[in-house]
Amino acid sequence: MKPYLVLIAGILFGAIIGWFAFPAILYHSSDQPLHFSHNTHTGESGGMACTDCHTTNETGRFQGIPSVIKCAECHASPIGESVSEKQLVEHYITPNVEIPWLVYSRQPDNAYFPHAAHVTLGKMKCEDCHGPHGSSDTLRIHYTNRISGYSRDVWGANISGFSSNRWEGMKMDKCVRCHGDNNRRDGCVSCHK
Amino acid sequence: MDTTVEKKYKFGMVINLDKCNGCGACAVACAIENNVPPAVQKMNKRNGLTWLTISTVSNNEQYPQSETVFVPMFCQQCEKETPCMTVCPQNAVDVDPTTGIVGQVPQRCLGCRYCMTACPYHARYFNWWDPEWTDGMKQQLNPDVAPRMRGVVEKCNFCHSRLHSAKDKAATLGNREINPADYIPACVESCPNKAITFGDLNDTTAPITSLASNSNSFRFLSRLGTEPKVYYHSKKHWVRAMAEKAQTRSRQADGIAEEEFHG
Repeated sequence: MKPYLVLIAGILFGAIIGWFAFPAILYHSSDQPLHFSHNTHTGESGGMACTDCHTTNETGRFQGIPSVIKCAECHASPIGESVSEKQLVEHYITPNVEIPWLVYSRQPDNAYFPHAAHVTLGKMKCEDCHGPHGSSDTLRIHYTNRISGYSRDVWGANISGFSSNRWEGMKMDKCVRCHGDNNRRDGCVSCHK
Repeated sequence: MDTTVEKKYKFGMVINLDKCNGCGACAVACAIENNVPPAVQKMNKRNGLTWLTISTVSNNEQYPQSETVFVPMFCQQCEKETPCMTVCPQNAVDVDPTTGIVGQVPQRCLGCRYCMTACPYHARYFNWWDPEWTDGMKQQLNPDVAPRMRGVVEKCNFCHSRLHSAKDKAATLGNREINPADYIPACVESCPNKAITFGDLNDTTAPITSLASNSNSFRFLSRLGTEPKVYYHSKKHWVRAMAEKAQTRSRQADGIAEEEFHG
């Protein structure tokens, strides 16, 4: 066998392992604790907006995923027929236990992202960073990086790090690029804490 | 490297040494606010984490002329030729172009401690040990400040997390300008004698601006030309005169025995 063929075969083998096997090993997949459809709430039947549940408090702090108290405002007792709603009421709302949601967009401790500045002042839409999450029928599988513990959404689904969608990946270079395009002048501690 | 670009804000501080009684409330508030871990047994004054130290300075006169002042010392937020920033090989230190605050990103720091050597004020501290909090203290950690790991340098950043909170509050109301009352560092807030004035030096109507330009106000080692944004204020001449004296430190003065330092 010719040596250059061995070399090419080796590179190909390495690339295939790196592309397909590496992400499978690197990420741990887990399901959300409860089935939840954003579309049921935000679609025609629900007619709710993202900010109806994902609120900002009076000090400007974004509240993230709402607590079960918010769910209980409508679902104190089941209003539909679905199994997941029954589970919600029985396991979480009635005993007043928080749902252990796995957060797709949780950032490292030292990152500071003010929702108020981007949404209220910057007029950005939720979809700009979170994609079509608000109109999804099911919650995606949550991939956790086994080394860092962060969600795969931080890096982005594409292992190469490149993506055509603006909302894929929530790494610092995305922040920096957008701030640069908008002529923002920032120091490190503007976005780090 | 000149960092004196036109800034939106130029946050600074004036400390009235005539009012300071050395109680240490500012140092405690600083440590609690910024998640500074408690001392481990081996720590001494040289290798501990004390973002804000309080030194005692005496005029070396005999009674009844003897006088003493307490000098709170922390990052002086140098405006020009910021020594720590200039020497950092990692770009882990920068002067914020909108606020003038000298920021430190511990995640970028490689722990060479060149900045600590460069700092004329000994205001930077190195994490020689893993930070450890007791279970009770973990409950009190400030969620707005990321804890630092072993092997990196840290320092005062004018309680930058409080500026974040003030900006958040303003943004919710649709304002780009913060309300000055919302941004007060922990040391300023905790001082029982109201010895520390904090504010925007660019704001001509703010009390700090007239106080900083007062003839009784001074800055330490101003001859170095680093233009610190922390001013001190005293009506006593000998106190103002000490500001330009070279700082000499000895192990004896730090209260460290020779064997302890090496051990």
